[in-house]
Amino acid sequence: MFGRMSLDAFPHDPIVWGGALSIVGGVLAIVALLTYFKKWTWLYKNYLTSLDAKKIGIMYIVVAVVMLLRGAGDALMMRGQQAIAAGNPGYLTPDHFQQIFTAHGTIMIFFVAMGLMFGLINLVLPLMIGSRDVAFPFLNSVSFWLFFAGMALMNLSLVYGEFAAAGWLSYPPLSELQYSPGVGVDYWIWAVQIAGIGTTLSAVNFITTILKKRARGMTLMKMPMFAWSVLGAMILVMFAFPILTATLAMLGLDRLMGMHFFTSDLGGNPMMYINLIWAWGHPEVYIVILPAFGMFSEIVATFSRKRLFGYTSMAVALMAIAFFSYIVWAHHFFTMGAGGDVNAFFGIATMVIAIPTGVKLFNWLFTMYRGRISFTSPMWWFMGFVVTFTIGGMTGVLHAIPALDFQLHNSLFLVAHFHNMLIGGVVFGYFAGLTYWFPKIFGFKLHEGLGKAAALAWILGFVVAFTPLYALGLMGVTRRLDHYDANPGWQALFIVAAIGFVIILAGVLLQLTQLAVSIWKRKELQAGDDPWNGRTLEWSVPSPAPSYNFTSLPVVTERDPFWELKESGKKPKPIYEDFYEPKNTAAGIVIAFASFIIGFALIWHVWWLALVGLIGHIVTLIIRLTRLDNEQLVTAAAVRAMAEGRS
Amino acid sequence: MSMTANEQMHDNLTVSLGFWIYLMTDCLLFASLFATYAVLTGGTAGSVSGRQIFDIGFVLTETILLLTSSMTSGLAYVEARAGRRNRSLVYLAITIALGASFLVMELSEFSHLVSEGYGWQVSAFLSAFFTLVGTHGLHIASGLIWALTLVVLIMKRGLTHDTTKKLMLFTLFWHFLDVIWICIFTFVYAFGVLS
Repeated sequence: MFGRMSLDAFPHDPIVWGGALSIVGGVLAIVALLTYFKKWTWLYKNYLTSLDAKKIGIMYIVVAVVMLLRGAGDALMMRGQQAIAAGNPGYLTPDHFQQIFTAHGTIMIFFVAMGLMFGLINLVLPLMIGSRDVAFPFLNSVSFWLFFAGMALMNLSLVYGEFAAAGWLSYPPLSELQYSPGVGVDYWIWAVQIAGIGTTLSAVNFITTILKKRARGMTLMKMPMFAWSVLGAMILVMFAFPILTATLAMLGLDRLMGMHFFTSDLGGNPMMYINLIWAWGHPEVYIVILPAFGMFSEIVATFSRKRLFGYTSMAVALMAIAFFSYIVWAHHFFTMGAGGDVNAFFGIATMVIAIPTGVKLFNWLFTMYRGRISFTSPMWWFMGFVVTFTIGGMTGVLHAIPALDFQLHNSLFLVAHFHNMLIGGVVFGYFAGLTYWFPKIFGFKLHEGLGKAAALAWILGFVVAFTPLYALGLMGVTRRLDHYDANPGWQALFIVAAIGFVIILAGVLLQLTQLAVSIWKRKELQAGDDPWNGRTLEWSVPSPAPSYNFTSLPVVTERDPFWELKESGKKPKPIYEDFYEPKNTAAGIVIAFASFIIGFALIWHVWWLALVGLIGHIVTLIIRLTRLDNEQLVTAAAVRAMAEGRS
Repeated sequence: MSMTANEQMHDNLTVSLGFWIYLMTDCLLFASLFATYAVLTGGTAGSVSGRQIFDIGFVLTETILLLTSSMTSGLAYVEARAGRRNRSLVYLAITIALGASFLVMELSEFSHLVSEGYGWQVSAFLSAFFTLVGTHGLHIASGLIWALTLVVLIMKRGLTHDTTKKLMLFTLFWHFLDVIWICIFTFVYAFGVLS
C-alpha cells in the first residue's frame, strides 16, 4: 500500500537531523508568521495566484535566495570538512559528504541560478520590450509552480529519506539501482525533472513573448541587449532541456521498470547517458550566463551614460555563443576515449567560444571608455565580474586542450574553473541586475554602501576561496574528496579556501543586512520612476511598476528609446486602448501540487498515489483550458483614469 | 469576451507560434530517444534483435490507420473553418476511432512481445524500443483525451473562435505525431527488418 515508505526513512544521524530540523523549523516559522500577521489572504491574492509576471518574478527570486542560503550551508559543511579531514575522517560520514556535494550542485544550478534568471527575466523583460505581459501568463504561473514543486521535493529529501550521493549529474552506473538502491537518486531525478519541465515551458513562453509582443516599431535590432540575451538563452533551453527530460526519464525507467539503458549489463551503455546529460549540461551553463551578459550590457551602458558599444557585434556574439555552446558537450569527458579526431573537433569548437566572449568583454570596456561613469554598486559587481570572469575564461580555454584536460579532468582545478564562471559570471551578474532593477519593482533603492561592501566581500572572498583550489588541482587533488592523507601537505591550502568561504559568507550576511536596512529606510531610499537615468522602456513607467506595465503602449523608433525621448524633450501623446488582463488562478498551484504528488509517489513506489496525481493533473488542465472567463476587460476609460489619476 | 477580427488573428498567430515552439521541444525529446535507440540497437545481450520480432505487415496496418486519422483531423479543421459543425464533429469522431484503434494495435503488439518473453527488462535494445514507441503511444493517448474534450466542447459551444483555435492546435499536434511515427516506422521497423 505504501511502497517503500517506512518510519525508518526519517533521519538518524544527528547532523542530518540538524538539517531536517532547520527545514521543518523554517517552514513552520513562515506558516506561523503568516498566520500571526493574518497575511494568508494577502499572500494568496497578491502573489500565489497572481499571473502578473512581476509578481511571479519576485516569487522566483525569493525561492532562489532561500535556496542560495541552503546551498551556501552545504558549501560551509564541505569547506569545513576538507579543512579538517587531513589524515582523519573529519566530522561527516563519506555518504553524507557525497549527499552534500550532490545537493550543493543541484541546488545551485537548478534552484538558485535558474531561479534568479527566471525571476529577473519575469521582472524586466516585458517592461523592456514595451509589453503589458508575457505571451502566456497562465503558462508562466505553471512554470513557476513546477519550479517550486521541484524545489519542495528536493528539500523534502532532507526530512524524509535521503538525497542522491552520486554527484549533481548522477552518472550511471553508480546512479543505477545496483549501486544506489535507496531513494536518493529518485529524489534527484524527480526534483530535477519537474523543475526542468517548468523551464521548457518558460522557454516556449519567453521566445513567443520576444518574437510577438514587442512594442510597435521595436525591430529585433532595436531590442535592448538584455532581450537578445534572453532570446539566445531561451532558444538554448528549447534545444537543451528536452534532452534532459528524455535522459532523466530513461534513468528513471532503468530504476523503476528494470530497463537497461545505462546499466553496465545486458547491453546498456553508461557513456550514452554521459553524452546525453552533457548535451543538455553544457548549453545549461550558457543558458544561465547569457542573461547575465545581457544585464551587464544594460548596466554598463546606463552607468557610462553612453550607448552600448558595438550593438550588432554584441547581438551576433550572443547568438554565436548560443550556437557553439550546443556543439561542445564532449569536452566534459575527453577522457572517454572517443579518439583524436572527435576530441580535436570538440576542443577547437570550445576554443572558438572564447572569441565571441572576448568580443563582449571588449564591447563593455569600450562602452566605458570615455563615458561618464558613475561607480554605483552594480558597477562594482561588474568590475569584479570582468576580472574573475576573464581568469575563469582563460582557465576554461586551458581545459579545451584535450591533452591538458587528461591531467585536469575531475581535479579541483576544474572545480575552481567552473566556480569562476558561475560565481564570477552568473552570480555577480544576477546580483548586479537585482540591485539595478530593485527600485523599479519595489519603489526604493537598495542601500548603496552596504551593497558595495557586500560586492567587495564576495570578490575578495571568491579570490581567497578558489585560487587555492587551482593550486590544489595542479597538485593532484581530485574533486569530491571527503578526506585525504596528511603527508602531501594540502591542508594549509584547504584552510585558506575555508577562510575565503567565510569572507563570502560575510558578503551574504552583508546582503541580508542591506535588504533589511533598505526596507527599514525605504522612505529615504525612495526612488523616482527613473533613479539611474536609464535608457530603456522600463524606466518610463512608475516605480513600482503597475500590473499592466503601461497605460499607453510605447512606440519605438530608436535603440535606447527612453533615453532618446529624454534627449528630445518631447512628450508623446498617450493613446488609451482597451485590453484584457488575466484573472488570478490557483490552477498553476494545483498542477504543480499534482506533479509533486506524482514525483513523491514514484520515488516511494506508491503506485495508486501516482495515479491519483496523474488524474488530478489531467482534470485540472481540462477545467482550466476549457474555461472561458480567464481574462477581464480593462476599458480605455479606466486606463485613462489610472494614468491621469497618477499625474 | 469578444475580440475584433484583427485581435483574433494576432491571438492565433501568437498561440500557434508558441505551440510550434512547444512542438519543437517535443521533437528534441524524440530526437534524444531516437539517438539512444540508434546507439543501443546492437545491445541485444544475446536476445532477439528487431528482425526477429517485428511484424512489418502489422505495423504497416497501424501506419495506415494513423495516417488516415491525420487526414480526417485535417478535414475536421477544414469543415470547422467553413462553419460546418456536424461534419467537423463526424471527422473528429473518425479521427478518434482511428487513433484509438492504432493505440489498441500498439498495445497488443507490446503485450504479445512481453508474453513471448521479450519484455523491456531483457536487453538495452528492447528497453530503447519500448520507450521510443511507447512515448509516441503516450502522446497519442493524450491526443485522444484532447480530441474527446474538443468533441464535448464543440457540441456544447459550437464553432467559436476559441474552439476553432483549439481544434487547429490539435490538428498541428496530431500531424506532428504522424511525422514522428513515420520516422519510427522507417528507422525502427523498416530498417530493423532490413538489417
